[in-house]
This record gives sequence, structure tokens and C-alpha cells, in this order.
Amino acid sequence: MLLVDGSESSLKGLLQTLPPVDEVGATSRAAMLGTRSIKTSSKRWAIDTAISMIDLTTLEGSDTPGKVRALCSKAVQPDPTDSSVPHVGAICVYNDMVSIARQHLDAIGGESIPVAAVSTAFPSGRASFDVKKRDTQDALDAGATEIDMVIDRGAFLSGDLMKVFTEIVYIKELCRDKAHLKVIFETGELVTLDNVRKASFLAMAAGADFIKTSTGKISPAATPPVVLVMLEAVRDFHTMTGVKIGVKPAGGIRNTKDAIKQLVLVNETAGSEWLNPQLFRIGASALLNDLLMQRMKLNDGHYSGPNYVTID
Amino acid sequence: MTFEYAPAPESASVVTIADSYGLFINGRFVAAKGGKTFPTINPANEALLAKVAYASSDDVDKAVTAARSAYNKVWSKMAPAERGKYLFRIARILQERAREFAVLETLNNGKPIRETRDTDIPLAAAHFFYHAGWADKLEHAGVGNSPKPIGVAGQIIPWNFPLLMLSWKIAPALAAGNTVVLKPAETTPLTALLFAEVCQQAGLPDGVVNIVTGDGATGSYIVNHPGIDKIAFTGSTEVGKLIARSVAGTKKSVTLELGGKGANIIYEDAAIDEAVEGIVNGIFFNQGHVCCAGSRLLVQENIHDEIMEKLQRRMALIRVGDPMDKNTDMGAINSAAQLAKIKELTDAGAAEGASRWDTGCELPDKGFWFRPTIFTGVTQAHRIAQEEIFGPVLSVLTFRTPQEAIDKANNTPFGLSAGVWTDKGSKILWTANKLKAGVVWANTFNKFDPASPFGGYKESGWGREGGRHGLAAYLKGGK
Repeated sequence: MLLVDGSESSLKGLLQTLPPVDEVGATSRAAMLGTRSIKTSSKRWAIDTAISMIDLTTLEGSDTPGKVRALCSKAVQPDPTDSSVPHVGAICVYNDMVSIARQHLDAIGGESIPVAAVSTAFPSGRASFDVKKRDTQDALDAGATEIDMVIDRGAFLSGDLMKVFTEIVYIKELCRDKAHLKVIFETGELVTLDNVRKASFLAMAAGADFIKTSTGKISPAATPPVVLVMLEAVRDFHTMTGVKIGVKPAGGIRNTKDAIKQLVLVNETAGSEWLNPQLFRIGASALLNDLLMQRMKLNDGHYSGPNYVTID
Repeated sequence: MTFEYAPAPESASVVTIADSYGLFINGRFVAAKGGKTFPTINPANEALLAKVAYASSDDVDKAVTAARSAYNKVWSKMAPAERGKYLFRIARILQERAREFAVLETLNNGKPIRETRDTDIPLAAAHFFYHAGWADKLEHAGVGNSPKPIGVAGQIIPWNFPLLMLSWKIAPALAAGNTVVLKPAETTPLTALLFAEVCQQAGLPDGVVNIVTGDGATGSYIVNHPGIDKIAFTGSTEVGKLIARSVAGTKKSVTLELGGKGANIIYEDAAIDEAVEGIVNGIFFNQGHVCCAGSRLLVQENIHDEIMEKLQRRMALIRVGDPMDKNTDMGAINSAAQLAKIKELTDAGAAEGASRWDTGCELPDKGFWFRPTIFTGVTQAHRIAQEEIFGPVLSVLTFRTPQEAIDKANNTPFGLSAGVWTDKGSKILWTANKLKAGVVWANTFNKFDPASPFGGYKESGWGREGGRHGLAAYLKGGK
């Protein structure tokens, strides 16, 4: 634990010293960064970087082993016609698909690609803490090396910050050296940017390796102002502690333009040190194909259309 | 891994620049008497853009005569709703040709294309739209039931926002039924001349708008011309005082928008990251060539170090360079003369003992450039805390209590703008009420709107521009 000693008073002390966020100012800063014009060589670099940062995700009730295997194949080799395309950052699935994903990845040369499991009664987080712990343990036992847990938004909004904090601390303890912990805020339910900053520091102090915007089940999700505030939080946390925490926007980032805007936000907020898959991930599914189409366009000079990228 | 932004230049080919431009008098471009011209350049690379006619006193006289004739015969007699239609038409043309105007403004002024594209040109069009709506509603302008125009307005504008300042001047004048003789700044005449083409395109009656190019002498011919009924000037306090002396004792009415040394007050309870953005926007927007710039930072002493650390980190990200690049944040200083003035004052700041820091960014070889610079340890006794630098230079002072912030903020001969940063609404209102400044921004800076009057206290000027107050200044009985 950094910055706090685990007591409620120390947690409150930390969160009360945080400066407020001005919504209007943060929104206009994010919008200004959205006007950056990323062309030619920088666009090429940004597309490949974004691909390598994707947590390629399927979180549907209709997920099957076949669907998950197909996704894993895509993760290892996003474009079968071009081996210079990097593999994605990770695969993100529900618990019961973790072992299937792990086995298939290992079988097809994707040993280095981690499997992330969503956890702690994803997406709502509405379950007893005992169930949440077992949920996480189950994912770890199945071979997940990244845990994407949700916070208890009800507890957060009702002011029971200590409950949110201790849950993260405990899940982190379960993950220990076995898995990276990403903490999902569901910013669409926290609503205000002040809450986003507060949740960011709470999660980082509790031991999160990554802070993540959303489940993808609620809109709005990873809006630029929300990501801006989270990037400011990891930057300031680094200044205070020397520790770098990652950021994962997820939900609503569907095309290359949006993904590049995210990279610009990183570059001009936390800084270029965050521009790698160890410190920045993008949770997405449809985004990958748009990145591949834009990549082909840069190489060939024309758009080839959706039938030239694979659907998995 | 570093994320380098590849050059993303806007194309200059969207605008056609003629080799030479005449004066725009009575609806036509005409050569100056004796064919005298002067060059206008691109301050980012010192390349010649065009030669521009130099108006003599005879040329100004012709322009005033044309404006008087258009006033008597056409414009003052026209049904107000018809005047409004012309203004709406001009506004729409400005929007349609926005890219052309943005590129030309950037080439001639040195400011970044992002700014001309997103701020200057849209705001200029907005001023025409706003005032077009006023043309047939003047009885609500607060100067009685039957408001009358003043006559011929002589308007002299600065180089920092060339087209925007033109629209601040021309739109209300025309809406109120006046005709105008306008002189753009010596270094930035081109968008005014393109605007003259817009007047032709809109079918504006001849002589309603006349544009004469030249230098300070040309300006003084306008100020001293007996056929002028009203002078509207935006520029330095020094010239403003000269104008005030010249028109004293005449029937001419005057509005002056002059210099400033705006205080940007950061309280300890401010939203720090957004305040840092506001500091950057307040002083580095438009290379600091902004009369209402937040050039004096007053930061509460207990957060001084944190603010300075964050400010320096943020300033290092300011992209200085080719103004035509869409990713450039700060462009060129407008002229060699202005650059010399900035250097003189910053050298004085260092000599007087303030600590100087700049971003150390690379600057282009050609053209006029100055790095984003801050001075810490500044006291009210330093010249850089008192005099307007009109460049990308911030003077940082501290305060201990709100009252001390007010005392220092008001301790200046100027009174144009100020900023207040705090999360407490009551503190904003308390502070704003005590500040002697024409505009006070709360948790933002450098925001403009045609509906909002703008102007200064003390040596920052006389009168207001924009909104109902600005309109009234172009009506008899208004101020």
C-alpha cells in the first residue's frame, strides 16, 4: 500500500487532499487534444502501437469455446496477409473461457499473450464479498494472469469508500505475483470527474496495477475527459510515489481516430513513458478491424473494405 | 517509445494572394496617390507576401468622402431589416470562405492555423451574425426609442487578431447604420483586403466600407479628418492617449481598447490541472499578443511550488513552430519590432533580479520567434510586473490572503482583464466584485462571445465593444 496505512482516516486524508477537477476545463483540454492531426509516419506508428495495446475482448452471454478460440487466433495474428502486424496486448474473457483461451493461445504460438478475466461479479459488482473472492480465485486457478475487477459503485456512491478500498486490497492479495490487477470504475456510473479522480487514487493506493474506465456494458464509457483525468492521476501518483500505474480505457473506442486520440491523450498527459502495453491498454473488440483497415490503406493507398479483414 | 507528430501542414493553396493590393474605396480597389506601396510579409519566414498601397492624407480624404456619401445617400436611409440582410450575407460568406481566411490570417500574422481555424474566423463570423440580428432592433439598445447612427466611423485596428478586430469594429457600426473607414495594422493588412472582396461579393453598397492601408501616419489622417464623426481604436495605450489628445475639443466620439496587464489569480482551492491549462491559455494563446492576456500570475504562496512544477511540465509540451502546421500551439512573433520589445523587457526582468525560465524548445532559423518564458520571484516593483510585454512571457507573483491578491491585482494603471481560479463560488463572486477589470473570467480564460461587452478600466480604455453596450457606442446618445 502506498500513500495510506490502510486505516479509514489515512484513506480519507489522502482523498481529501486531492484538488478538485473542473469539468468544463477538463472537457475543453481533452477536446483540444482531440484536434491533433496525426498523419503519415506518425499514424503508422500509432496504429501499430494501438494494436499492441488492445485487450481483445469478448464478454457476451453467447460466448462459446469456438468464438474464444477464433478470437485468440486473431490476437496472435491479426492480419493473416501481413506478418508485420504486432499481436494484441491480451485476450479478455469471462472466467469459464480462461482455460480455453490459455490452451489455444499456447497451442498457436501466443504464449506471450496474457489472458485477462473479468472478475468480482462483473459487470455490476453486486454480490457478496465472499462470492467476489471466489470469482477471482476461480479465474486465477484457470490460468488468468490479469484480473479485471469491478469496484462496488454502490459502496462508492454511498460514501463507504473503505469497503471499496478493502475489496481491492484483498483481491490484490489474491493476485499477488500471479496476476496483474486492473480495477474497473465504471465511470458512466460514477458520473463526475471528481469521482473519477477520487476512485483513481483510492484504487492506486489500494494496490491496483492498472486503473480501467469501464465494463463496456454502460454508456458513456471511456470518454476523453475521463481518460484525461485518469492519466493525470497516474502522472501525479508517479510524482508522489515513483510508481507507474497503467491506464485502460474500455468501451466506445471503435475506430482508429478514437484510438489515436487516446494515444495523444497519453502522450501529452502522462507522457511517452506510458505509451506501451505495460502501462496502457485499450479494451475493445471492433476497434482491431478498423485499425487493420487503416493500416492496409496506409500501405496500399486505398481502402480495401471490410471483406479484406477477418471477422472472428 | 516516443510519439513524434509528423508534419501536418495546412495547404496554402486555398487562398490566392495577389502581387499587390490597392486601397478599397467606394467599392473598388484603387492605387494610392503616387502609387506608393509597402511590403507585407509572413513573420514566420520573412517571405514577401504582397505589396500593399500606402494611403496618403488625400487617399484618406477620398475614403471619408465615399463613406459620407454612402452614409447620406444609402446606408442611413436603408430600412434596418435590409441592413441586417447585408450583415447576414457577410457572415455567411465569412463562414463559407473560412478556410481561406484562416490560411491568409496565419500567413500574414504568424499565429497557428489551429487558432485562426478554431477561434479567429468563427468568432469573426459570429460577430456579424450577432450584429445582423440587432440591425432592426436598435430601439432595444438602451439609447431611447428612436436611435440614430453617428455617421462616419474611423476605425483603427491592431495586428494581433486582424479579422476579428475588424469584425468587432465593422459589424456594430454597420448594424447601427454608420459607414466606416477602417485601417488595418501595418503588418497585417491582408485579411482586411480579402474582407473587402467579401463586401463586393455580398453586394454591399459602395462606400459603406472603405479600407485604407498604411502605417501610423495613415491612422493619424483618419483621427484628424474633420469628416469623421467617431473614432474607434484598438491598440497600445500610448497611441490611445495620442488619439484622445487629438480628438479633445472636437465633436468626435471615441472608444478606445488599449493595453492590459491582466492578473490571473490562482487560489489554493482551485482545480489545479485546469488552472494550469488556464495559465497556459491565458498567456501563451496567440503568442501572448493579447491585450487581455493573463500576463501576471498571482498564485497563493502555499501552492506556488506545485503550480510551478506542473506549469513547467505543461509548458514543455507547447509546440512552437510552423504556424501552418495543424499541431502547432504557438506561432511566430508578429514583427521584428515586437520581438525587439519583448527582448528588451525580458532582459530588464532578468537584470532586475527575477528568475527566468524558458522551455528551451528549438526555434526556426528564419522569422521572428520567442520561447514560452516565465519569470518567478517577480515583485510589483519590477518592470515586467507593470509594463505590457505583449508576448509569451509570464510574470509570477505570490500572495498570502485573498485581500492581498486583490490589492496586487488592482495595483496597475491598467484594468482590462483578470482571472479567478477557485472551486468556491462565493469566493469567485467576492473576488470579481473587488477586481477593477473590465472582464473577469472565473475558472477559464480568454473566452469571447459577441454578446458579451468587452473593455477596460483606467488606462485600458474607454467604452465597450460587443453586446448591447458595444452597439450603443455606435448610436447617438450611446457611450
